[in-house]
Amino acid sequence: MNCWWCHNPESRKSGIERPSHSQYPGKDELIGREVSVNEVMTELQKDRIFYDQSGGGVTFSGGEPLLQPEFLSALLNACHEAGLHTVVDTSGLADRSDFKRVAEIVDLFLYDLKLADDELHRENVGASNQLILDNLRYLVQNNKKVRVRVPLIPTITDTEQNLVTVADFIKSLDKQIPVDLLPFNLLARDKFQRFNLNNRLKSMATQASTKLEQMSQIFTERGIAVSIGG
Amino acid sequence: MNDRIKRLRQASLDARPVISLERAQILTEFYQSGQAAKVAVPVARARAFAYLLDHKKVFIGEDELIVGERGPAPKATPTYPEICTHSTDDFEILSTREKIPFAAGDEVKRLQQEEITPFWRDRSLRDRLFKEVDQDWRQAYAAGIFTEFMEQRAPGHTVNDDKIYRFGMADFRRQIAASINGLDQMIDQDFLAKRDQLTAMDIAAGALISFAERHADEARRVADETTDEHRQQELRKIARICDSVPANAPANFHEALQYYWFVHLGVITELNTWDSFNPGRLDQHLLPFYRQGLESGELTEEQARELLQAFWIKFNNQPAPPKVGVTAQESNTYTDFCLINVGGVDENGQDAANELSYLILDVIEEMRLLQPSSMVQVSKKSPDRLLKRALKIIKTGYGQPSLFNTDAIVAELVRQGKSLADARCGGASGCVEAGAFGKEAYILTGYFNLTKILELTLNNGYDPRSGQQLGPETGDPQIFSDFDDLYRAWEVQLNHFIDIKIRGNRIIEQLWARYLPAPFMSILIDDCIATGRDYNAGGARYNSAYIQGVGLGTLTDSLAAIKYQVYDKQTIAMSDLLAALQANFTEYDVLRETLRAAPHYGNDDDYADSITKRVFESFYSAVDGRPNTKGGYFRINLLPTTSHVYFGSVIGATSDGRRAGKPLSEGISPVQGNDRKGPTAVIKSAAKIDHLRTGGTLLNQKFTPQLMADEAGLVKVSQLVRSYFSLDGHHIQFNVVTAKTLREAQSNPEEFKDLIVRVAGYSDYFVDLSEELQNEIIRRTEHSE
Repeated sequence: MNCWWCHNPESRKSGIERPSHSQYPGKDELIGREVSVNEVMTELQKDRIFYDQSGGGVTFSGGEPLLQPEFLSALLNACHEAGLHTVVDTSGLADRSDFKRVAEIVDLFLYDLKLADDELHRENVGASNQLILDNLRYLVQNNKKVRVRVPLIPTITDTEQNLVTVADFIKSLDKQIPVDLLPFNLLARDKFQRFNLNNRLKSMATQASTKLEQMSQIFTERGIAVSIGG
Repeated sequence: MNDRIKRLRQASLDARPVISLERAQILTEFYQSGQAAKVAVPVARARAFAYLLDHKKVFIGEDELIVGERGPAPKATPTYPEICTHSTDDFEILSTREKIPFAAGDEVKRLQQEEITPFWRDRSLRDRLFKEVDQDWRQAYAAGIFTEFMEQRAPGHTVNDDKIYRFGMADFRRQIAASINGLDQMIDQDFLAKRDQLTAMDIAAGALISFAERHADEARRVADETTDEHRQQELRKIARICDSVPANAPANFHEALQYYWFVHLGVITELNTWDSFNPGRLDQHLLPFYRQGLESGELTEEQARELLQAFWIKFNNQPAPPKVGVTAQESNTYTDFCLINVGGVDENGQDAANELSYLILDVIEEMRLLQPSSMVQVSKKSPDRLLKRALKIIKTGYGQPSLFNTDAIVAELVRQGKSLADARCGGASGCVEAGAFGKEAYILTGYFNLTKILELTLNNGYDPRSGQQLGPETGDPQIFSDFDDLYRAWEVQLNHFIDIKIRGNRIIEQLWARYLPAPFMSILIDDCIATGRDYNAGGARYNSAYIQGVGLGTLTDSLAAIKYQVYDKQTIAMSDLLAALQANFTEYDVLRETLRAAPHYGNDDDYADSITKRVFESFYSAVDGRPNTKGGYFRINLLPTTSHVYFGSVIGATSDGRRAGKPLSEGISPVQGNDRKGPTAVIKSAAKIDHLRTGGTLLNQKFTPQLMADEAGLVKVSQLVRSYFSLDGHHIQFNVVTAKTLREAQSNPEEFKDLIVRVAGYSDYFVDLSEELQNEIIRRTEHSE
């Protein structure tokens, strides 16, 4: 995937990145570090009291966590043994075999669905959405717990046409799948500067609340539970 | 708030603190008359109290519903020359200093010089105190190793319970008479002392009744002169209330508030007790009156709100008595530390929050006054609604109410030997101090500079600032073989100075008991009447004396840096470290950065936090359980008020990289900016010390209002609080920052490294954000202000 609006440009390539620093030219910046399952678990256990108190848990996100299936499975198993609630935040673009493996041990998927139309998906994301839709269908049919999340990128994904198609697709799955609509934000602006990326986001603004209401309506009309943000 | 409250509130905000010599003159007149010399000390003190209340000006302001002032007018602040006789130089400093000034005109200065000072010189408690303590104490005090609460202020640190709502002063007089009758002259060794003490209490109770009668007379006089019929009726009602309370137990909501207020004025007129006095569990005490008023139709919710607001304003009219010297530096504020408690549990351990708790929280939110301060007690049984209501006020950013863990307070008090019921009816007062309300004298005796002890240790007991050998010679640090050698030397120095402090305290306690008993306050605290002993002489059911440790974070980081860089990694030689500290890091920038790279307290890092725990255990062992002279014990707590600034000013550079003279960390909060792993890590670190063996700890966290902007944010912060409390954390306070602070942070990022702001859907360190994003947040914060 290559979404030009991506808020985590540092996590799109696999491996640790070393972008040159635009604010201090010539000075490279190391982003990310390698950690072991044990190291991650030690950090997670430190916050145990807060999960217990809030009913919270751990979310594995990215980049795409399913790009590291071995590591992710090991972590999810360790969390499961430790009694921690787990969530995997995924773009859906991963091998079915990896999904099968992970689905066995995770409590909840946060599943990105950006564009329902394959043509537009290819154009904007740089990949077909067929595998993404198939994987979602697979998870739902196998009774895995899923929340679908739609990032609202102005004029790209927040069009009425796209949202209607997305909603129809979810309805066709015939299970109660809740949807989160994620309003557009400008938080990645700094990162784009640091990565010397051409920032097309600059001219965009977050959706007005009245518009967000109309978008929600598309889903509620079809009997889908929808919330703004998440 | 209605127009009347708006006017009263504005008048209180507009009034400027001035020195009033009214009290000093009346008191001096009494003692000069020779009457005092003819009777026992407690009786003389009680007669002086009665003389003061009989002769001071009675003030009833326009619009007022609750009446009575300590001085001749709002914020006219008395002096207590029998405790601390100010010099004209003191008055000059007080009236011209930039922070916390008190106006003092030429006439005041002349009166002080000609009438007050000549009589009280060498008789004041302060003069006696400095004469009686030993040379070691004086040197350590001057060097800033500890402070002394009782050199300008009287022992107070106690809180009202429910007894005044059940008994009038006339009832107390009957109890006192019964206690006198019960004294057995044949076998009681202290018969005469007890009879004198009880006689003094009786005089004091009578004095408060007369004081109220003077207010009734004044209210009638003003009513007669008033043409406004409505106000005339109000004044006649005030007169009837003052006829009835405090002589009798209050019959309704309005009488209960007015009764408390007379009691409050009595306590703060008798002496300048530190932590003025405090109505404590107001939502518990007033509830029966509130419910009964609503049921009978005599009271509406709006009337109750207005009366509470009028009551609030009375507190704000009484600035803390003027402090000078070290005492001014350790507690530089107008607030007199009256802390209203809301919520908590009842005597049987059940959730005590009620409809009045929420009404009081409304009042706190609307009044936004410096005084009284307020807090919410949160037990595991408290409803989320209570905590969330408190957070909604906290996020408006004026630092109130603070949040306390009821379950921890109860456990702390029970560990000290209080009954479970007494512990449950207690709470916190002052800053964070746990106490059994109405039954305990829990005297804070002074701040203790834990970090300064390390400076002395690194100098073999020598104080570089004063140029004196203050402590024992515990060895040249350059020959210590490992960190434990250094730590043991620090412990030896610690115990040495704690001994000096406690020796001094044992003298000072006796001076107060002998020269300045408090017969009026003794009426209010169990079991002074039953035992015939004064509050200042061990008459309370429980008598605790506290030493407050300061600089835990700075000390931990300093020790951790030495352990890590000098002994473990051996990147810095001890000789270089000592030279760098002496040079205040000038030309030692690299060494300073190396020190700063060591682990820090506040990040849930056991390397640093294990040192915090060790320091805590050493301080606890040095102090806890040692006897005071009132039948109770010394205890520790960890709070600074403003002493961390003063204590920092007397210490050179420290091995955490702090430069000479800079403030220390406050309470149990990490060093400003050294907590870099977020609030959950701070909470985990802070909970590693055993709060239940203290009488209070103080943890501050900074947030922006956006963090709690919506329901989801409130829920998250309330879960954070619950998590801390489930780990036995005693207290947490959220410092919600303003746009002004954010601008300061933008220009001085070094000092605001720990400032967390809500960005959007997540939070981040403010200084880590780009300038553009910082500006956006500043704009947003301004918008929400």
